[in-house]
Amino acid sequence: MTTLFSDIMTIVRRDVIRSFRQKSQLYGSIARPLIWLFLLGNGLRNSFAVLPGNVNYVQFIFPGMLVMNVLFASIMAGTSVIWDREFGFLKEIMVAPVTRVAIVVGKTVSGSVTALLQGTIVLALFPLLGLRLSPLQIALAILGMWLTSLAICSLGVLIASRMTSFEGFGTVNNFLVMPLFFLSGAMYPIHNLPGWLKALVHANPVTYSVNLLRGVILRLPGDHLLGISVILVFTLLVSAVSVFLFTLEGTGR
Amino acid sequence: MNIVEVDRLRKNFGPLEALKGISFSITPGEIFGLLGPNGAGKSTTIKILVTLLRKSSGSALINGFDVDRESRRVRESLGIIFQDPSLDERLTARENLYFHSKLYHVPAAQIGERIRHALQLVDLQERADSLVTTFSGGMKRRLEIARGILHTPKVLFLDEPTIGLDPQTRAHIWDYLDGLRRSTGLAMLLTTHYMDEAEICDRVAIIDHGEIITMDTPANLKKNLRHDIITIATSDDEAIAAALRDQDGLDAVSSSGGVRIAVDDGQTFIPQLFARFAGMIHSVDIEKPSLEDVFIQLTGRGIREEEASSADRFRRLVRMRRRR
Repeated sequence: MTTLFSDIMTIVRRDVIRSFRQKSQLYGSIARPLIWLFLLGNGLRNSFAVLPGNVNYVQFIFPGMLVMNVLFASIMAGTSVIWDREFGFLKEIMVAPVTRVAIVVGKTVSGSVTALLQGTIVLALFPLLGLRLSPLQIALAILGMWLTSLAICSLGVLIASRMTSFEGFGTVNNFLVMPLFFLSGAMYPIHNLPGWLKALVHANPVTYSVNLLRGVILRLPGDHLLGISVILVFTLLVSAVSVFLFTLEGTGR
Repeated sequence: MNIVEVDRLRKNFGPLEALKGISFSITPGEIFGLLGPNGAGKSTTIKILVTLLRKSSGSALINGFDVDRESRRVRESLGIIFQDPSLDERLTARENLYFHSKLYHVPAAQIGERIRHALQLVDLQERADSLVTTFSGGMKRRLEIARGILHTPKVLFLDEPTIGLDPQTRAHIWDYLDGLRRSTGLAMLLTTHYMDEAEICDRVAIIDHGEIITMDTPANLKKNLRHDIITIATSDDEAIAAALRDQDGLDAVSSSGGVRIAVDDGQTFIPQLFARFAGMIHSVDIEKPSLEDVFIQLTGRGIREEEASSADRFRRLVRMRRRR
């Protein structure tokens, strides 16, 4: 058990050092939500007259922007494993005497740390939107973003466990990441949606992240414990499948 | 006990037989070479031995441990230098070695000393704290060698260790590996399709289409080739070639480059040649057989780059970029 923990920490420490040395990714991650918030947000501001909690549209999508940043960063982190597998350090880890559990958990946790950082930078913009957050709200928002990053990173690692080239990456982006984002209620309220869309939205784990963060930041009522449970269960299931697939690797099955 | 013991190892990828039951063993301190063209099964063999790929049948033991059932023990017993660079370019040399030590559970108290020693062995002490991005191709390779031996493995696998490096750097890498073998007694298994590299091996197995077609010391492999090739330029190529053919029954051919004669022992034949055709010979050249000739004799074709898949080409591109 202590070996497992120390193996995980080794993988996490290495990845975190690396990502801190790659500054351009960080700048990009700040620019994207700013553009969405201030250009799209202000543009659509007057189209949405009635929003829950009496907030304006920019404030309404702010939690969604946090989730977006974490979502994109997490998928990137998770799928960086593909690159790592072909051309880098993953092979070095795969032949080292460490368990597949350590690799999957290590990669997931390290990706979530990077993604969380990118989300937290955007969170720090809240005063510009006329929001007031207590320290407790900030702490809860960070926790919510971390759970979200863990869930999405585990998904990225799962994709990477079966994808061996970057050729399919565009497909993943279009058919997985975009739907996850647009079906999460990040951009629009979900209470008035038609039935089929509502069903998709509720089946989407990212919806629970958006609800959780929106509830915390805009002080809206909601079943946050349910949200947290859904996200955690999702993460555990996905990671378990990844471990299984990594163990199978090389057996030709 | 043999460090590597491979017996009737087979690997199928669907209908394709990548390995058709190969057997070999490596003793402590031995440098063993797997020589063959791309696609012959060299990398597949290494992948199975380092537990990255499951064999279809047969057995493979590393340091006495079964590659399937005791993969953790196997991994602890071996070091590997991959065909593609697998260093972390955004980390320093020291950090790369540090994380390797952690992954191989080197006791914390020993890590510093081992890293110092390994860096010294490959002459990189002065660049220990530079980012690997700033390293030349040869330096990266040396760092990978240092990393490969950090956890004191019993055998080091080197998959095309000098691919993509210039000849001078290649020679340096071999100096380091040779020194390493002498100072540590480490066994090595290397794959290559450079003939001159295979000559430093104690034993070479020539592999083609998933089968070992011959296995011996480089000297013995070449000894089995009967011929030295002597090429002479003379004042009358046709007449001399005819004389050698008719009177001596030798395989002599006159062409634009002069007369080419195949003989068993070139060194003793040349003086006879000069005695017989005194004054007629302008120049003489003798070619000793190389492992390339051995390969050609056994397979009927030379070792060369076979057609590469798009993934291979892309990989090579990345490799070149990284090696700069």
